[in-house]
Amino acid sequence: MKVLVPVKRVLDYNLKVRVKPDGSGVDLSNLKMSINPFCEIAVEEAVRMKEGGGGHAKGAASEVVAVSIGPDQAQETLRNALAIGADRGILVKADGEVEPLAVAKLLKAVVEAEKPDLVILGKQAIDDDSNQTGQMLAALLDWPQATFASKIVLGEGKATVTREVDGGLQTVDVQLPAIITTDLRLNEPRYASLPNIMKAKKKPIDAKTPADLGVDTAPRLKVVKTAEPPKRQGGVKVKTAAEAVAKLKEAGVI
Amino acid sequence: MAVLVVAEHDNASLKDATHKVVTAAKAIGGDVDVLVAGENAGAVAQEAAKIEGVRKVLHADGATLAKQLAEPMQALIAPLMDSYDALLFPASTTGKNAAPRIAAQLDVMQLSGIIAVESADTFVRPIYAGNALITVKDEQAKKVITVQPTAFKAAGDGGSASVETAAAPAGPFKSAFVSEEVAVSDRPELTAAKRVVSGGRAMGSSDEFHKVLEPLADKLGAAIGASRAAVDAGYAPNDFQVGQTGKVVAPELYVAIGISGAIQHLAGMKDSKVIVAINKDEEAPIFQVADVGLVQDYKTAVPELMDELTKAGL
Repeated sequence: MKVLVPVKRVLDYNLKVRVKPDGSGVDLSNLKMSINPFCEIAVEEAVRMKEGGGGHAKGAASEVVAVSIGPDQAQETLRNALAIGADRGILVKADGEVEPLAVAKLLKAVVEAEKPDLVILGKQAIDDDSNQTGQMLAALLDWPQATFASKIVLGEGKATVTREVDGGLQTVDVQLPAIITTDLRLNEPRYASLPNIMKAKKKPIDAKTPADLGVDTAPRLKVVKTAEPPKRQGGVKVKTAAEAVAKLKEAGVI
Repeated sequence: MAVLVVAEHDNASLKDATHKVVTAAKAIGGDVDVLVAGENAGAVAQEAAKIEGVRKVLHADGATLAKQLAEPMQALIAPLMDSYDALLFPASTTGKNAAPRIAAQLDVMQLSGIIAVESADTFVRPIYAGNALITVKDEQAKKVITVQPTAFKAAGDGGSASVETAAAPAGPFKSAFVSEEVAVSDRPELTAAKRVVSGGRAMGSSDEFHKVLEPLADKLGAAIGASRAAVDAGYAPNDFQVGQTGKVVAPELYVAIGISGAIQHLAGMKDSKVIVAINKDEEAPIFQVADVGLVQDYKTAVPELMDELTKAGL
């Protein structure tokens, strides 16, 4: 079984974003960029399907292909995936903002060329927080989807996926080929070892362009303004529970 | 202009999130219809018909819609969109799951989690866990939007819309419901609760989490939430998680106990009316957003708080 894992390069999750003073966007210059945490979880799961572990038999996946859509530097994100254990990478070079719908169309073209049995990707990227790409890709391919996965059990021609939903947990069966998007508790990604980081440098990365794939990536939405959220003023610090309750009475919430 | 709102429900009762999304739909303008898709959800359709300002309710009922999985929802809704200019879902896990599938079929770029409607084509949504807000113009012929319900007031009752039947999709589909584990609780639902008591990693164990939070939640009539750290550590189930990737809440009172206040957590609760933080670390970032900060170990602070609340008549 071949597994395709799309990965996104985003602002490192430990860093706080700054809004440009003129409201034209966020300032990412000189800030550390990393693989989106949900994408990292997706890579880890795919590699476990290949290596065995996390409930998967060794060899359940025969090949793990990572794909990223972004600028040249997205190669680093692909190397990150390769260091975790993906076999090869595909970079679709695109500068500037590529919206989820366009990403899904690019991925559809990659899927048609690569013919994977399973696509695992993060449920959302922590920059635009859209939570759309996997579902859109599933619709464009007319494949079933299991989003927000916290557990994946591969079966004969199907996957049984436990999903994190508002009320608790829901388990669904999806026929393969299928799309699965990852939630936080699917696995804990490994730290790539130095030898694996070195090995990853030798793994192949194919470069493509949206034009090669016949996809128009012009944005549909126009961002008019980017602003800081209204600042919440910190209130008072109190020393005792009695003072706290007095403040709550004052505020009329108890 | 006509807007279709997809109702949030569990086949038995209509969730308040629906009323809030109707408010967002009214702000866009035009006729507002509500779709109730489910199985044996007739009572829900009747409830939806009472929402003020709704023109009509479409009720699709059948086994394929019992769990509102994404594929049957797409099969049902995409054809209906011939008659509508905009489709609005609550940003619940059901809405987030289905909406992008329909958007892609319609070749529409979706707007996720809007928190304000500025005009019929201009919306505000958070990015970077709410650390930036973008104002977005959407001039596509059709719009697909998920709405953050906590950002809108609930539309009232008092309407008397007609209920029309829509055919449930027949299937078969390539995905199937197997089972679910749904927490049963007498407490209010987390996203709709007026008061929320949340615990963090400081609790140290699942036993401690429940031992500390439950009596306080009972006293306040509050729902229980948790930080991501507490959920990751297994102290609380996933559906308790408040934050960027969990639930967004905006209660009148939010009590954060032993929660440091990571950006990801603040994204899920900073619109609460009054925030109380209890943490022994004076430097914890949670104090920067808390209206009332009690710098004290929760182990002594929570019992004292319980006593004081009793004295205050709770």
